[in-house]
Amino acid sequence: MQLTTLTIREAHELLTTKKISSVELTQAMLQRIREIDPKIKSYVTVSEELALEQARKADERIAKGENVTPLTGIPFSMKDCISTRGVRTTCSSKILENYVPQYNATVTNKLAEAGAVLLGKTNMDEFGMGSSCENSAFFNTHNPWDLDRVPGGSSGGSAAAMSAGLATFTIGEDTGGSVRMPAGFCNVTGIKPTYGRVSRYGLIALVSSFDSIGPMSRDAYDCATVLEHIAGHDPHDSTTYNSPVPNYTKHINKPVQGMKLGIPKEYFVAGMEAGVESALQEAIRQFEKLGMEIHEVSLPHTKYGLPVYYLLLFAEASANLARMDGTRFGLSVSENAKDVIDIYLKTRHEGFGDEVKRRIMLGAYALSAGYYDAYYLKAQKVRTLLRRDFESAFSKVDLLLAPTCPTTAFKLGEKTSDPLEMYLSDIYVVATNPAGVPALALPAGFSNNMPVGMQLIGKHLDEQTLFQVAHAYQQVTDWHKQFPNI
Amino acid sequence: MKPTYEPVIGLEIHAELITNSKMFCGCSADYASAPEPNTNICPVCTGLPGAMPVANKKAIELAALVGLALNCSVNKHNTFARKNYYYPDLPKGYQISQYELPICEKGWLDIDSGSSSGAASATYRDPSRVRIRRVHIEEDTAKLFHEKNYALVDFNRAGVPLLEIVSEPDMRSVEAALDYATKVRAILRYLGVNSGNMEKGVLRFEANISVRPFGSDEFRTRTEIKNLNSFRALTRASAYEIERQIKIYESGGTVVQETLGWDDVRGVTTSQRSKEEAHDYRYFPEPDLPPLQLSDSWIAEIKSRLPELPEAKTKRFVEQYELKPQDARLLTSEKALADYFESVVSKSKSSPKTVHSWIAGEFMRYLNDSGKDVDDVTLSPESFAKLIDMVTDKTVSGNNAKVVLAELIESGGDPQEIVKEKGLAQVSDESFIQEVVTKILNDNPAEVEKYLAGKETLLQWFVGQVARATKGKADPNVTKELALKALAERKK
Amino acid sequence: MSTTIDTKTVKHVAFLVRLGISEGEAQKFSGQFSSIIDYFNMLNEVDTENVPPASDIANAENVLREDAVQPSMSREEFLKNAPQSERGYVKVPTVLGDE
Ligand SMILES: [Mg+2]
Ligand SMILES: [Zn+2]
Repeated sequence: MQLTTLTIREAHELLTTKKISSVELTQAMLQRIREIDPKIKSYVTVSEELALEQARKADERIAKGENVTPLTGIPFSMKDCISTRGVRTTCSSKILENYVPQYNATVTNKLAEAGAVLLGKTNMDEFGMGSSCENSAFFNTHNPWDLDRVPGGSSGGSAAAMSAGLATFTIGEDTGGSVRMPAGFCNVTGIKPTYGRVSRYGLIALVSSFDSIGPMSRDAYDCATVLEHIAGHDPHDSTTYNSPVPNYTKHINKPVQGMKLGIPKEYFVAGMEAGVESALQEAIRQFEKLGMEIHEVSLPHTKYGLPVYYLLLFAEASANLARMDGTRFGLSVSENAKDVIDIYLKTRHEGFGDEVKRRIMLGAYALSAGYYDAYYLKAQKVRTLLRRDFESAFSKVDLLLAPTCPTTAFKLGEKTSDPLEMYLSDIYVVATNPAGVPALALPAGFSNNMPVGMQLIGKHLDEQTLFQVAHAYQQVTDWHKQFPNI
Repeated sequence: MKPTYEPVIGLEIHAELITNSKMFCGCSADYASAPEPNTNICPVCTGLPGAMPVANKKAIELAALVGLALNCSVNKHNTFARKNYYYPDLPKGYQISQYELPICEKGWLDIDSGSSSGAASATYRDPSRVRIRRVHIEEDTAKLFHEKNYALVDFNRAGVPLLEIVSEPDMRSVEAALDYATKVRAILRYLGVNSGNMEKGVLRFEANISVRPFGSDEFRTRTEIKNLNSFRALTRASAYEIERQIKIYESGGTVVQETLGWDDVRGVTTSQRSKEEAHDYRYFPEPDLPPLQLSDSWIAEIKSRLPELPEAKTKRFVEQYELKPQDARLLTSEKALADYFESVVSKSKSSPKTVHSWIAGEFMRYLNDSGKDVDDVTLSPESFAKLIDMVTDKTVSGNNAKVVLAELIESGGDPQEIVKEKGLAQVSDESFIQEVVTKILNDNPAEVEKYLAGKETLLQWFVGQVARATKGKADPNVTKELALKALAERKK
Repeated sequence: MSTTIDTKTVKHVAFLVRLGISEGEAQKFSGQFSSIIDYFNMLNEVDTENVPPASDIANAENVLREDAVQPSMSREEFLKNAPQSERGYVKVPTVLGDE
C-alpha cells in the first residue's frame, strides 16, 4: 500500500478502521520528504516534531472516537505565507528568513482543530510575486513531471509537494492564479475560493483585495472536504462572508446534466500551445457527454485583466510590505546605521529580491501624486468592467471553462530575464481575482508528457457547482490519477 | 494704524476618543494607566505580518456624535484609506485613516473673538463662524521616546482611536484660533468623548498659517506647525509664525511651504523636513475594511444622544436665569460646572444671580487654588444652596459664609451645624450691637474726632471694628445704621 | 505612446518605499519599468467614463466589533522577534525628522 498517494478519504477510511495510524502515515510522508524532496525542493521548513505530536493526538482522538473529522490525522503542507505559531514562516524571502510568528492564522487554527497534521511549509515565489517559484530567495522548486521545468507559481512548492506525494493535501494561496497555474503545471486539483470565503487573518498579505487561500489535493472531492473545514466567517477578517458554508461533499454527486458551461471566446485565441488547445477541446467534449450544454460567451475586457491585476497588485503590495522594516521582526541590517531610515533602506535592499523591489517601486509609482488617476484609479475602474463581464456571462451560463495557462510548464530560467514575459504567463488566471469569483483548476490531460490544466470559473459563492462539475468529470476521466515517475 | 498684514489660520485638531478598546483591535485603549510599555498589544496594533483590522463600533458612533455636535453632515457612505509613510511609531508603514470619504463633513462652529475688545482683535477682521471641512477617524501612533543615540518604542498607544477635526482657514487672528480651539475642546468634553487633558496628550493641535495683505482675498503659501500640545504653545507658535512670515514679506522674500515644529524652549518654529522629502502619502482605499454604510435611522439615533451644547446652554442661562452673557458663558464653559450651578439653583431659594456670584467667586477661586475639578468636589449642591440661603436670610454674614464654605469643601458637614459650632451666626439684635458700637466709639476718640471733622469715609472703619469685635456676627447693615446714629449724636 | 521612467524617477519611488538602491540597479529598473508601464498603458483605450472604481465594492458593510477589551499578547513573546529591545521597549536607531 502506497501511503503517500492516498486521497484524503482513502486515508480517512484506513485511519478510522484502524488499518493505519496517523503516526504511520505521517512517518511515511516524512520519510518520502527526506528521500524525494532533495530533488523537488518543495519544502522550506519541515515541522517534523510538531507533525508527530499532532499525529499522536489525532490517533488518540480516533482511538476515543471523539471529535473525529475527515481531516483528523491527515498530513498536509502549507504555503509559507500562512502564519504558524512557533513554525518559521518566511514567504520565501530573506527578510523573513528567521521569522517565527507569535500567532496562528485562522486557517492554521481551523486545520489544527480539525486534527490535521502539519508536515511543513512549502516554497513559493517571494511574497507570492512570481509565476514559476523561481523568485524564492532560497531555492528553485522543480516540477516533479520534469525536473528541468518549473512547478508554476507562486504556490509552486505546494503543487509540487502534492504532485510528488509529499502531502495528502496542501494549502495554497491564490492572488492571481497562484493556486491554479501551478496546479495545472503539476497535475493536481486546486481551488481559489470566492474572495472572502476563507479568512485571510494571518495570511501575510500580498494583495489584500485579491488574496484567497485555497486547498490543493488529489481530486475535487478532497478539495471540497478541505474547503468545508477552512471556509467561513472570521471576526478577525472584516472581508469574510457571513453566509454559512455549504456541505460541499454532501451534494458533490448531484448530476450535472443540463448545466450550462460557458466557453469564453477570448480565452481560446492564437498563442495557445497546440497540445493545450486539443486537451481543452477534448475536455469540452467530455462535459458535453456528461449532459452539459456548451455555450460560447464573451468576456470582452479579458485582455485588460493583466494590467488591472498587476497595477492593483503593485499598489497594494507596496503598502502591505511596508511593515517589513527591520524594527520589530525579521531581518534587520543595522550595521553603521546613522538613523532609523538607514535601517529601512539597508534592510529592504538586502531583504527583498528584485521582483519584490520592482513591484513595490511600481506600486509607489502607480499611487504617487500625479499618477494615481492614470494608473491606480483607472485600474479600479476597469476592474469594475471585468466584474461586469463575469456578471453578464453568468446571466447566461452556470459556469465557465478556461485553460490555466497557454502552455505547459516552461523550463527553469526560460522567462527569468524578462519580467513582462513572465507576467504574460498569468494571462488566463488573473482576471478572476479582481472579480472575486471562485475558480477550480483540475488536470485536463497531457501535452508532450507534461500536464495540462483547466479551470472552471463560477459565480460568487458558488463553489458547489464547481465541485460538482469537476467531480463528475473526474468520475469519467483519470488524468488526476496520473503520478509522475520520480 | 491698520496692520499691513492679516494672518489666515486653519487648525487641525487631533482628539483621542474615549473607548475601552483600540480602533482596530481588542487591546485596551487605556495606555495612560498601563504600568509598563508594550503591555496592551497584539498582532494587529504592532503590525505583525498577516494581522488585520476590525473597526470599533463605539468609535464610529463617537466620531459621528462629534461631527453632529460640530454641525457637520454625516456621510452615509464613508470609507477607510491607507496613508503611507515610514516612521518607527507607525508599525504597518501606513496609518489607517479616512481620505476621500470621511465620516463627517461641512460643519461649522461660531466663535466670539470677533466681539473681543483686545486692541489687536479690534483691528483684525474676525469672522465669527469657523467652517469645519471634515471630521475623520484614524488610529493613533505608538509612543516614541528619543534617547541620546537611539529611540524606544512603546506600542500601547498604537491604534488608539483618534479623531481629526479639520477647519477651513477661517481664523484671522491668534485669539480667534485660541477661541475656536477652546470651544472645540469644551464640546469634546461635553460629549464625554475626550477628557481635554492636554498634558496627557489626548488633544493635539496643528496650525496652518499664512499671512496676506490686509483686505486681500488671496491665499498665500502656508506653513504647517505640527505637534502643538497646549493652548499656550498654539498661541505662541502661531504668533511667532505670523511675525516670521510678515518679516519675510516685508524684506521682499517668499514663504516656503513646509512643515514646522515648535521649539517651546527657544520660542521659535523650526523647519522639520527638506523639500525633496516632501510627502507623497499615496492614499488609497483600505482593502481590509469594508465601507461604512450609515442609515438615516442610525444617524438620528446618534443625534438623539447629543446633550445641550455650550452655545445653547449659554443662551438658555441668559434667558432662564437672567444672567449676563459673559456670566452664563463662564458657567457653561464646563458641563460639570453648569450642571452644578443648575443643581444649586434648583435647591436654593436665593436668586440665580446670587448663586452665580457664589460659584463664580468663592467656589471658582477654591477650584483654581486647589487645582481641582468640579467633579472632584464632594460638597453637595444641597449644602451649598443651604449656605447661600443663610446669607440671603441674614443668618450668617457673607464673610463668615466664606469661612463656612471653605470648611464645607474641605471636610464636609452641615452648614447650620458649622455656623452653630463656630458661633458664626449673624446677630441683628440692636441692643447687643448698640453696646459694641458705643464701646468702639469710646475706645477710639481720635478717629471719632477725625470723622466729626469731615472724614466720613471712616464710617466703614467703625463698622469693620464692630465686625472684628463680634467675630463677624454683627449684621453689617444694622451696625452701619447704629454707628451713623451714634456719631451724629456726638456731633451735637 | 511611449513612457520612459528615468533613473531619477526610479530613485524617487525607491525612496518612497524606503528601498536602498544603487546606480546600476536604478538603470536596470528604469528600462524594465518603462516597458512594463508602456504595456499597461493599454488601459487608456478603455472608456471608463461613468464607471465607478471597484474599490468601493465589498462583501459586506458595517463590519464592526463591540468595544470590548481582549487580553494583550505577551510582551516577552513580542520582543523575542524584535532585533533590539530595552526595558520592555522596542529599540531603534536615532530617529531624525518628524512625522
Ligand atoms: Mg491625520
Ligand atoms: Zn492590539
